[in-house]
Amino acid sequence: MTGAPLEARELRVGYGDVRAVDGLDLAIPGQQFTMIVGANGCGKSTLLRSLARLLKPEAGSVLLDGRDILRTPSREVARRLGLLPQSPVAPEGLTVHDLVARGRYPHQGLFRQWSPEDEAAVEHALAATGVHDLADRHIDALSGGQRQRAWIAMVLAQETELVLLDEPTTYLDLAHQVEVLDLLDELVRDHGRTVVAVLHDINQACRYADHLVALVSGRIHAAGRPEDVVDAAFIQDVLGLASHVGVDPITGTPLVLPTANPRRS
Amino acid sequence: MSASAFVVRRGRASLRVQRRTASVFALCLVAIPLALVVSVAVGEFPVPLSEAFSALVGRGDPGTSFVIHDLRLPRALAALLAGAALGISGAIFQEVTRNALVSPDIVGVSGGASAAACAVIVLTPWDGPWAVPLGALAGALVSGALLFGLSWRDGLTGYRVVLVGIGLSSLALALTSYVLTRGRVFEVGEAYVWLVGTVNGRGWDQVTPLAMSMVLLVPASLLAGRQLDALVLGDDIARGLGAPVGRSRAGLLVLATLLTAVAVATAGPIGFVAFIAPHLARRALDSRSATALMPASAACGALLVLVADVVSRLIFAPTEMPVGLITSILAAPYFLVMLRRAANLGAAG
Repeated sequence: MTGAPLEARELRVGYGDVRAVDGLDLAIPGQQFTMIVGANGCGKSTLLRSLARLLKPEAGSVLLDGRDILRTPSREVARRLGLLPQSPVAPEGLTVHDLVARGRYPHQGLFRQWSPEDEAAVEHALAATGVHDLADRHIDALSGGQRQRAWIAMVLAQETELVLLDEPTTYLDLAHQVEVLDLLDELVRDHGRTVVAVLHDINQACRYADHLVALVSGRIHAAGRPEDVVDAAFIQDVLGLASHVGVDPITGTPLVLPTANPRRS
Repeated sequence: MSASAFVVRRGRASLRVQRRTASVFALCLVAIPLALVVSVAVGEFPVPLSEAFSALVGRGDPGTSFVIHDLRLPRALAALLAGAALGISGAIFQEVTRNALVSPDIVGVSGGASAAACAVIVLTPWDGPWAVPLGALAGALVSGALLFGLSWRDGLTGYRVVLVGIGLSSLALALTSYVLTRGRVFEVGEAYVWLVGTVNGRGWDQVTPLAMSMVLLVPASLLAGRQLDALVLGDDIARGLGAPVGRSRAGLLVLATLLTAVAVATAGPIGFVAFIAPHLARRALDSRSATALMPASAACGALLVLVADVVSRLIFAPTEMPVGLITSILAAPYFLVMLRRAANLGAAG
């Protein structure tokens, strides 16, 4: 598999004695929306953090444009790959504009702290995420959905081809979840970015993913288009859940309906 | 571009400045020289403000000039510089640890300086203008080295630095108490005044080395402001942005420790300045940008110590209070309010 902007090769990552990712090969297809799904503790966050070089593998490697990511200068990596970790916390009193502007870090220097390109990128990110009107507001005074959009705007301002997000919809209500996923979808469709997200909701993953990657105990169980990989057996293996898999009446993608508890049917 | 900021460009260099930040600095540029003039005018031999100003710019009569240049100016500059150094140091400690209740007093840097200075005053025969400052400097540096040595485990985390620092701080306090019980009354009295923090009697001998070390430390801190802006977003985000997280955190904490060390060596551990100056600066600026926060904290620290020093001379004149007493009286209630707010947040979360 070549030509993928981001690849993992025989990747093994652990914490002490626990092996969270266990010899895994993965290629992230360019300009597509990849979703990583799996049960709690299957290693999906660990995988994402390793792909973003936040964790050092015990063995194997992560390749960014074919180069070992750990041997690439971090500034160079940061211009190619942006990351939004799980529920980040902004310092009290930070404004939205200030936060988004900090996404320009890898493009700035000691004396070149605010170029016209920086300004254009921040303006664009504020507009794309719909937080332009909130630019002078404090992050801690925003609603959960607005806050998450501000963080995504920061990653967008970084202007990286690759955007990695760890559970970007956690703690958001359904309307805001859809809003964030639509925004990420737009990035792929309209701006040609490559987006990789860890997601818990399998039905949302099926709706939005071009490429679905399912992990079971640190290994890839299946990967491909949701239509091709998701069925009742897949759900049983990946989530340990008995279900009926139908067709989403709106999008035509797989729709997972857990089998009812016998006491309720 | 929002209306609340403007951009300065010179060739390839560029900087975005909040309008409010610019006004705060303009205000400081007026307030600090004014406080300096007041500080050299006030005292046992009062000098009218206009004459004090003339003497400062070198046009006063010889008698007044002597009082102002040789006696009062070094004292005022010691207050200004020590306050500025503590202000920047506090800002760095608070931003790096992402904890607004942290300051070099809490993590034992000032405590180490105090223990060593008291040891010099009480236990050694060393005398002269250098003995106590050098002792305090050594104490601050040793406790700084212990702080980083003991908290280091594949790098520094803000949380571990604070926990280890609280331990070191108690140790230093115990040492100080032990030393004080060994002393004679006169020496212990001197040590107590030093422990509260005072700029009384500081001369050019002490101000010059402080000024020289700040010429190095302050620009180095300001240049690291960009790293600080990334660090406050958390380690993962900072790494994602490509910032050298481990190196910049260690470097910033060392700079902050050195700033406190030189300030405390000159003026003693003036209480609460390092803690409160960044809070005042954040309020004034309404911004979290480190490139604005550090100089603004320096200005707030400088003003606070200058004004407190003037108050300390006037309040029970002709008896002088140590300046650290005044800063503590001014700042302690604010600290309590902060703690109460933090406690409320804890209860709500």
